[in-house]
Amino acid sequence: MIAELGLAALWLAAALAALQLVSGSLGLTRRGTAMSGVVRPLAVVQGLLALLAFGCLIYVFAVTDLSVKLVAANSHSMKPLVFKIAGAWGNHEGSMLLWVTVMGMAGAVVALVEKRLPEPTMLATLAGQAFVSLGFYAFLLLSSNPFERLSPVPPEGNGLNPLLQDLGLAFHPPTLYLGYVGLSVAFSFAIGALITREVGPAFARAMRPWVLGAWIFLTIGITAGSYWAYYELGWGGWWFWDPVENASLMPWLAATALLHSASVLASRNALRAWTIMLGVVAFSMSMIGTFLVRSGILTSVHAFAVDPERGTFILGLLAIYIGGALTLFALRAATVTEGKRFALVSREGALVFNNVMLSAILGIVLFGTLYPLLAEAMGAKVSVGPPYFNPMSALFAVPMLVVLAVGPLLRWRRDKFARVGKALVIPAMLVAVAGIAVVMIGGVSLLPFLGLVLAVGLAWASFLPLRDRNLRRTPLPVWGMVIAHFGIAVALFGMSCESAFTVEKLVAVRTGDITEVGPWGVKLDAIEPVAGPNWTALEARLLVRYGPDGKVTRMLPQSRSFWAPPQQTSESALLTRWNGQLYAVLGGEGEDGRWQLRLWWKPFVPLIWIGGLLIALGGVFALIGRVKSDVRRLVAKGRIADRHEGEAQLGMRP
Amino acid sequence: MSDLPANKPRRWVIWLPLALFLGFVVLVMIGLFRPADRNVASALVGKPMPEFSLPPALPGRPGLDSKLLANGKPHLVNIFASWCVPCRVEAPQLAALAKAGVPIEGISVRDTTENLQAFLQQNGDPYQRIGADDDGQVQLALGSSGVPETYVIDGKGTIVYQHIGEIRPEHLGLLLDKLKEAGR
Repeated sequence: MIAELGLAALWLAAALAALQLVSGSLGLTRRGTAMSGVVRPLAVVQGLLALLAFGCLIYVFAVTDLSVKLVAANSHSMKPLVFKIAGAWGNHEGSMLLWVTVMGMAGAVVALVEKRLPEPTMLATLAGQAFVSLGFYAFLLLSSNPFERLSPVPPEGNGLNPLLQDLGLAFHPPTLYLGYVGLSVAFSFAIGALITREVGPAFARAMRPWVLGAWIFLTIGITAGSYWAYYELGWGGWWFWDPVENASLMPWLAATALLHSASVLASRNALRAWTIMLGVVAFSMSMIGTFLVRSGILTSVHAFAVDPERGTFILGLLAIYIGGALTLFALRAATVTEGKRFALVSREGALVFNNVMLSAILGIVLFGTLYPLLAEAMGAKVSVGPPYFNPMSALFAVPMLVVLAVGPLLRWRRDKFARVGKALVIPAMLVAVAGIAVVMIGGVSLLPFLGLVLAVGLAWASFLPLRDRNLRRTPLPVWGMVIAHFGIAVALFGMSCESAFTVEKLVAVRTGDITEVGPWGVKLDAIEPVAGPNWTALEARLLVRYGPDGKVTRMLPQSRSFWAPPQQTSESALLTRWNGQLYAVLGGEGEDGRWQLRLWWKPFVPLIWIGGLLIALGGVFALIGRVKSDVRRLVAKGRIADRHEGEAQLGMRP
Repeated sequence: MSDLPANKPRRWVIWLPLALFLGFVVLVMIGLFRPADRNVASALVGKPMPEFSLPPALPGRPGLDSKLLANGKPHLVNIFASWCVPCRVEAPQLAALAKAGVPIEGISVRDTTENLQAFLQQNGDPYQRIGADDDGQVQLALGSSGVPETYVIDGKGTIVYQHIGEIRPEHLGLLLDKLKEAGR
């Protein structure tokens, strides 16, 4: 019953999306203005219905209703409840339903609160949002119905990929989806503004909170995903330039560029066409990412849910939306003037530079991700790895980081380097000192070296925008910028330390043996069997000590065997100190009774993810600041309107 | 310096994103609808191995010289790198081949000694010799477009077969057949 309710809600939501598209489009014509009143309510109800459908899916997963095909294929009655619920979106159909739900809710919120834009632009925006949603409804209902029933009902479900039975991962895809879908709102705004040719500061201000929100979720999603890959895959690496990772990085790069260019548009009314273009590109990257992941067209460590037929469907949607949007852009962009001018040395100039560099990195990542496909079309199968991505992206990241230190200090419109030069003396000296220190340590290759010295300089420079300011009156968005830029320095420092100073060791040891890795002494104390709710494991008890007189601590890496479905995974053990992490993985038992043990000492590696979270926190500050001032403006406007009304009633005004 | 956003963007620039996107769609369509058989014969098959001499990739181990390959016995030449994920996938298959007595020569592409050592420690070392191809020149000369790739060389130093991509368990029979052919 619940499953059928969900399906019905989904069909109804799809129908309302169609109606929203038609009435929104008609509302733009002279004769159809009567229709325009229903568009906002339609968007709200459509969002609520999608939410209802998603609630139904969560319910059938929570109670493990095995008569629903999706539940039988992906769940198991013995699974812990939180993973049962997470299982609702840990598969293709469920994740697509999550996608339309978030999209519908976002549309509803836009319809409810956005009052700044001219009404025709709003209608076009909501019609665009409905058009995009409609495609995904069609996809769900026609090719991947999550509520399909199964007969006869199986006695037990198939379980869930054990690699995915992990709390971090349960919330990783929804976070990324929130990001992707937030960008769909930016996309709809861009389309709406293009259709009505209303590209200006009001459009940028309306779009900005959505871009910020999406960007925060993407940042958190990427950070969490990277940490997940780090401790769950047991390879000791934190970024593999894997197609799926790139698929989440590309929208982030585009959204970062969009965030900065939207700022220019909002404050200075410049970069109009470019901002629109980025709005289209950011969502395109989300869809291309989803497509690459779902279609299985690229082989990847992450290929959990692949299906070429569905790939074709998403490709069709992609062609319609992105092809359509880019055509519209090409037809209209010539009529959108570029807006106000500015000098090369100015805040705008630095932001344009940042945009170009981010776009270049985006291009490099996209090309590298697609290159195996290109090569395959010409008859070769290749793997493009870090030797391409690292130096190529560094080529553009390094100048960008330098400008990142200077740009926020510049004034809008026109400025001179001489004015800000004095403030940059200390960071420049820090860079020099760090450079000398790293050279004296020795053995650090070029990229980590550049990363280390730039990180040190940037960490200082990122706080410079606060100089000469009253800290209590500094607006929240400025704090946000400072925190996010500092986060970049922190993450960069972590990455560089990881690649410059990691010590790795693979040993075969008997119980009682002691081995050393970096400053650590590691003793294999015992190997014992342990059992969990749906797995059993061999657990190594390691006694580790930092330095000769450190405290002895236990670490418990496991080699786990899941039985539903049967699969082996290795659970790494991590020990975090303020200056780094010790990482241990238990391998197999050798023929001579010795156990394989892989150990890494990674100085300062947690800073990578702490930096990522700081970047996201900066976004949160900026978002709160923006929304607060928007709300204040709305309230003030309401008061003025009230007062006018009151005065009119008292007869003070004719 | 003049003011930054100069004129309106030129006509054709505006259409560029669309053109690039259409290129992407065509590329992906080719990828999606390709027949499942992805074996493509290389231009170098049937021709002698190009001449090269690579320095040792690991201290204390021999490097790789193309003259050594023409010693009357068939060889496998495996192009690999520690940074390549498919290379990890094919490691057990290479180990099985080495165990079966097949001489395997390695060419490690754009790698460092430490990474290479770690890679071999983790994934096993099936190689007799490993040459370091630090700038990828030999890889290019062999007509190899990426890693991993594996060549079957006969006793006279002629390339008999080129295997593109990782060696999966189902490829082992094919490779052993090719080696047997090469030994005749």
